[in-house]
Amino acid sequence: MESGIGHIISQRKGDPMKPGIRWGLVIFITPVLVWLTVLILLPQVDMFIMSIRAKNELGEMVFSIGNFKLFFLEPIYWRTFARTAIFSILVTFLTFLITMPIAFYITKVVSPKFQGFLSVLILMPFWVSELVRVYGWMILLRESGVINHFLIKFGLLNKPIEMLYNDATMIMGLVYTSMLFMLVPLLSALESLDNSFIEAAYDLGGSVWSIATRIVIPHCLPGIVSGSIVVFMLTLGNYLTPNLMGGKNGLWFTEQIYNQFIASFNWNQGSAFGFLLLILSSGIIWMGLKLTKQTLGKVVQ
Amino acid sequence: MHTDLSVVNVIKKFQDFTAVDSVSFDVEKGKFFSILGPSGCGKTTLLRMISGFFEPSSGTIEINGKNMAGIPPNKRPVNLIFQNLALFPMMNVAENIAFGLERQKEKRSVIKTKTGEILERVGLPGFENKKVDQLSGGQRQRVAIARSLVLEPAVLLLDEPLGALDLKLREQMKIELKILQTQVGTTFVYITHDQSEALVMSDHVAVMNKGKFEQVDTPRNLYAKPLTPFVARFVGENNQWSARVTGLDHNPDRQTALIRTPEGNAFKTIMRDRLEPGDEIDLFLRPESIVLEPDSSIETLNRFTIIVKSILFDGANSRILAQLPESEREIQISLPQTRQFDYIQPGDRIEAGWSPESGISFLREKAIL
Repeated sequence: MESGIGHIISQRKGDPMKPGIRWGLVIFITPVLVWLTVLILLPQVDMFIMSIRAKNELGEMVFSIGNFKLFFLEPIYWRTFARTAIFSILVTFLTFLITMPIAFYITKVVSPKFQGFLSVLILMPFWVSELVRVYGWMILLRESGVINHFLIKFGLLNKPIEMLYNDATMIMGLVYTSMLFMLVPLLSALESLDNSFIEAAYDLGGSVWSIATRIVIPHCLPGIVSGSIVVFMLTLGNYLTPNLMGGKNGLWFTEQIYNQFIASFNWNQGSAFGFLLLILSSGIIWMGLKLTKQTLGKVVQ
Repeated sequence: MHTDLSVVNVIKKFQDFTAVDSVSFDVEKGKFFSILGPSGCGKTTLLRMISGFFEPSSGTIEINGKNMAGIPPNKRPVNLIFQNLALFPMMNVAENIAFGLERQKEKRSVIKTKTGEILERVGLPGFENKKVDQLSGGQRQRVAIARSLVLEPAVLLLDEPLGALDLKLREQMKIELKILQTQVGTTFVYITHDQSEALVMSDHVAVMNKGKFEQVDTPRNLYAKPLTPFVARFVGENNQWSARVTGLDHNPDRQTALIRTPEGNAFKTIMRDRLEPGDEIDLFLRPESIVLEPDSSIETLNRFTIIVKSILFDGANSRILAQLPESEREIQISLPQTRQFDYIQPGDRIEAGWSPESGISFLREKAIL
């Protein structure tokens, strides 16, 4: 029996050149490779090719950097682009500020019995689709909505005000949508923080602020960065929430891409914008990793 | 003498469970005070109340004559060394030590000098830039102590800090800790379940059981004159023997009881409690107070026969594990390593004896359980 097991292991560990040994690996890795190639890599390559082609005067498709040139020449495009980037960073930061105390409360303050219960409470809204959640907010916030109704009823307002379709509401919506994706990595990061570190810092004279900035946040940094990356990418690529809650004035770069593809039917221009968004998100994440002295490998763990 | 720490009638209840029950003690300035007890006896709870992490349910804790009620841990002039030391892994040694000083808004230059000085004091000069995970167990220990001592606390609290070290290092750290405490003159309150740590290092030891202090005394007295059966069992090794008092011997200078064991041995022992004939007692005999093959000329000695079961060789701490004839009762007897008793083999039937002065007897605890 023992020798049998030893035989199998030695066979698996055996000569890597020997065919047939690595079939397991092949079977597991093939779907991943197929998925990555067919669904991610090929469309990106196709998009890139499309983005560097445009119609000439005769209506023929030729190589051109005109699509990218237009982005820089037309202020509405690059301003929307910058606005999207800045707002996404702001949303990420706000999400962190709101989620961190919640995560700390769930992992360190509440008795272990309620930890799971509270996590499920936070998770629950995410069982319904983003669309339904956004419409929920709209029912609450619109001119004839629930909040206006009660404010008028209690005499705090004379006439209803429109709370939707401004930047603050849009940011709130985006923060709400992203919270879970920040919370989960923060919970696991805080879970691994030994309580005695917090107690030792407190015992050595630490205040809430110094314990948070010197002990808790440095320990949770990988979790914070990984949550931030997810929230940032989701926010940057979000279409639904800015579109519904930000209204017509709240421009988001994904809307520009949508307009090029669907409204103007200019796939080449749309591809160029899509590509610029990809470069933007990669660039900001790279900068974020550099600033926090983290590596992608450590953060993804 | 100045009292650094004064605990008066402190009680801590968690719902129905009383973790610490009416504990009172004073620690004089510069003393090494230990609280010794089995795990779950409430010693950590007591320490956490002194450091401020728990509020007592009732009673007062005074440090330097100041009542500590309602004062949070970061405002108390005490520091706690945690069981796992809790060195901050995200900081190097110097940053760890500087953490408390920075909170006191010390100047950068002062912090640097103080950090250097305290590292020198604990025997780690030049370790400022080491990472915490580069340190050995003993070095971490010293950094943790340095991190607290640099704040010059009135009392330093230590929560079994040697628990995680291996035996050799623990023996060495015990001595170093005692020397360090004498040098810096800070009052130490040390909790442990290891009686050897408590006995070696302390000026005074409190033995704690089920939330109460059983006895507070010098290590020597704890060992020689335990006041309760628990202390007799917990501090040092002891053979426990039940017996019945058969008579009293009223001697002018000392009172001796005549006792008989269930095995039929008749002994004499000096009385500590008032005993009456017919009382059931528990007799405790230290392994080293039993003499092997005693000289027949000593008349006062209690004598009995044993059968050697096995020889437990442990250097200077070697023992004979013996049995009484026709009985299951096991007795441990110290085996002096003078080679005098090398001839003893398992299975031998030999004579042993003990002097009436060395027996410690208690009136049998009434069966409460």
